Amino acid sequence: MTSPGRELGLGKDLIGLESLTGAQIEAILDTAEPFKEISERKIKKVPVLRGQTIVNLFLEPSTRTRISFEFAEKRLSADTVNISSAGSSVQKGETLVDTARNLEAMRIHMVVVRHGSSGAAKFLADRIPSNVINAGDGQHEHPTQALLDLLTIRDRFGAIAGRRVCIVGDILHSRVARSNIWGLLKCGADVAVCGPRTLIPAGIEELGVRRLGSIDEAIEWCDVLYVLRLQLERMEGGYVPSLREYNRVFGVSSERLGRAGDGMIVLHPGPMNRGVEIDSDVADGPRSVILPQVTNGVAVRMAVLYLLAGGRPELAEDAKAAGP
Amino acid sequence: MSGSLLLAGGRVIDPSSGLDEVRDVLVRDGRVEAVERGVAGPEGIPRIEAGGLVVAPGLIDVHVHLREPGAEHKETIRTGAQSAAAGGFTTIWAMPNTDPPLDDPAAVGFVREEARRWARKGEGGARVSPVAAASLGLAGEQMTEIGGLVEAGAVAVTDDGHPIHDPALMRRLLEYTQSFGIPVLQHAEDMALSAGGVMNEGAVATALGLRGIPNASEATVVARDIYLAELTGGHVHVQHVSTREAVELIRLARERGVRVSGEASPHHMALTEEAVRGYRTEAKMNPPLRSAADRLAVRQGLIDGVLECVATDHAPHHYEEKEREFDDAPFGIVGLETALAVCIGELVKPGDLTLFDLVERMSTAPARLMGIEGGTLRPGSRADLVLFDSEEEWTVDPASFRSKSRNTPFSGWEVTGRVKRTIVGGETRYRDSA
Repeated sequence: MTSPGRELGLGKDLIGLESLTGAQIEAILDTAEPFKEISERKIKKVPVLRGQTIVNLFLEPSTRTRISFEFAEKRLSADTVNISSAGSSVQKGETLVDTARNLEAMRIHMVVVRHGSSGAAKFLADRIPSNVINAGDGQHEHPTQALLDLLTIRDRFGAIAGRRVCIVGDILHSRVARSNIWGLLKCGADVAVCGPRTLIPAGIEELGVRRLGSIDEAIEWCDVLYVLRLQLERMEGGYVPSLREYNRVFGVSSERLGRAGDGMIVLHPGPMNRGVEIDSDVADGPRSVILPQVTNGVAVRMAVLYLLAGGRPELAEDAKAAGP
Repeated sequence: MSGSLLLAGGRVIDPSSGLDEVRDVLVRDGRVEAVERGVAGPEGIPRIEAGGLVVAPGLIDVHVHLREPGAEHKETIRTGAQSAAAGGFTTIWAMPNTDPPLDDPAAVGFVREEARRWARKGEGGARVSPVAAASLGLAGEQMTEIGGLVEAGAVAVTDDGHPIHDPALMRRLLEYTQSFGIPVLQHAEDMALSAGGVMNEGAVATALGLRGIPNASEATVVARDIYLAELTGGHVHVQHVSTREAVELIRLARERGVRVSGEASPHHMALTEEAVRGYRTEAKMNPPLRSAADRLAVRQGLIDGVLECVATDHAPHHYEEKEREFDDAPFGIVGLETALAVCIGELVKPGDLTLFDLVERMSTAPARLMGIEGGTLRPGSRADLVLFDSEEEWTVDPASFRSKSRNTPFSGWEVTGRVKRTIVGGETRYRDSA
């Protein structure tokens, strides 16, 4: 096995897309291509990560991301252990640094971490020699989600560069938005955000994105409408007056999509609040690529695991048969 | 002859008398007796060669957290006072947000007496003046017994760390404290506006996914307090001013004669929010490091004298408390042992402030502002002095701190200006051994 990700210069970990280049991101997407096919096989297992031990450390509730990582790991033949906060030593008051040291003492290869605090993945990565993959840290980044979104956009349009992407909704609290902003910008897309001013973070334009005032303007402008989940607890924080009001002003309905250009597609990271940020006829309609996103999630995560384990992008096809 | 010595041939800077010349300083029985050329001290008085060093009135820091009682794993009155002496300070004001808080005379008396007790045992540092809580339990509701607290040694009142939110309470405090001639120190922050915030609001916080604290959370409270000071004639002192808006508000208010003053911390003059990148908890404090424009405004405020003094907001925390997720790490950094060098590097070296004016801002001004002894070398005054080499370069190594805590963003910095000796009441409380 070659040294971790050195060919691409990814480094030991995948903490976020902010620190990657467009070429690195595209190379990860290229690596995901051959892995797509594994999930279409009858026997969905290849020996790429045989003998690798991976800990899925999910200290915040997650269904989709955790399962997607687990499928990716299992289909690559890794040995995996899942830890969630409920019932773990973390709930008994163990600090993150002690959790990290104890994992390391068990001689593992990789940690996939989901944590409620921004910076937690980097915190862990700085303290243990294992590869760390960020599966979402607070409101900071969720790089594999953005990678699967990028792959889905690339599948549809052939290229990301030059596409107009508008992210709609709660940008303030969204790590998905941040990772997508970095990834899209680095791959050459034109990026906008749209949402209630209470949920647009300060200084967002300084990241290189434009702000669009209304959902109608966003729909007319974009090739890709990225609809974020409105977390129900935002109502209690007073950011929006009610779900009904949010749907009235920012909800994506098929009626509003009448303004959209022909090829425009709709993405959503899930889980959806149907009837709040997105209407069912849009979610289930012809523009929706929400289920292809989920399928791509497994392939992208396989690619990331493979690359951090030392695999090289150009050898991914062969690796499926022989291991890295 | 305890408390007597002759400091020979140093560059004496005494802003209180406009002096900046090579002189000898004769100290007898804990008081300055003469500041002249060619003083021949009486026989038997120890002679300290001060050639090449600055001899100045001891530094005064009106904003220090000593953590005792209640959090002695972070700092104690003894280690905090020694840390102060190592930084050239001869008087520090201890904030009341201890556990229990300094809201009754016994607690205030304890802090004062504890510092004196260690001094008597030969382990003293700077003089420690307790600042009492403004409200019972720092709860922001009922005023403390300020008369009794002053009798027990309190020099001011504040709920520092717990901003005084209720405008009616603030008004009463600004009125009531006038009977005792003491200021109300305010940590100016609207907790509702900064709720959940852990760093400055802006593009850096947005990129890091951290909750921001807007400038307005400081500025709105400063504006309100200025109007209350104007209404009552009381003295409100704004702690650790961090925003350009607050500097401007204080500037305008002072021009029309309102009794408002402010302090600038070395870290707000030296650093910006960029220092937080990488989730560096040693750059997490409240108020947070702000934008480049705010940093410049605070510096300019100090240079212009709108902010009258430097104060460190020395806030020790145990290393494991800072070795955490950024959201969960406590606010605050230590500052006593780096303040002088950081200020020389940030203000004197670039030519924005003379060394004379820096000594004024760190010693004479706080004494005058708060109406306390110190900040002068006039004959007859208390012999609280600092000797420092304004040119010596050194590297900040937290492991060498006298403080119990190491939480500083200046670790590894190459700085200029080193304290060589600190004298309190004629007694040497710190000597540089390096």
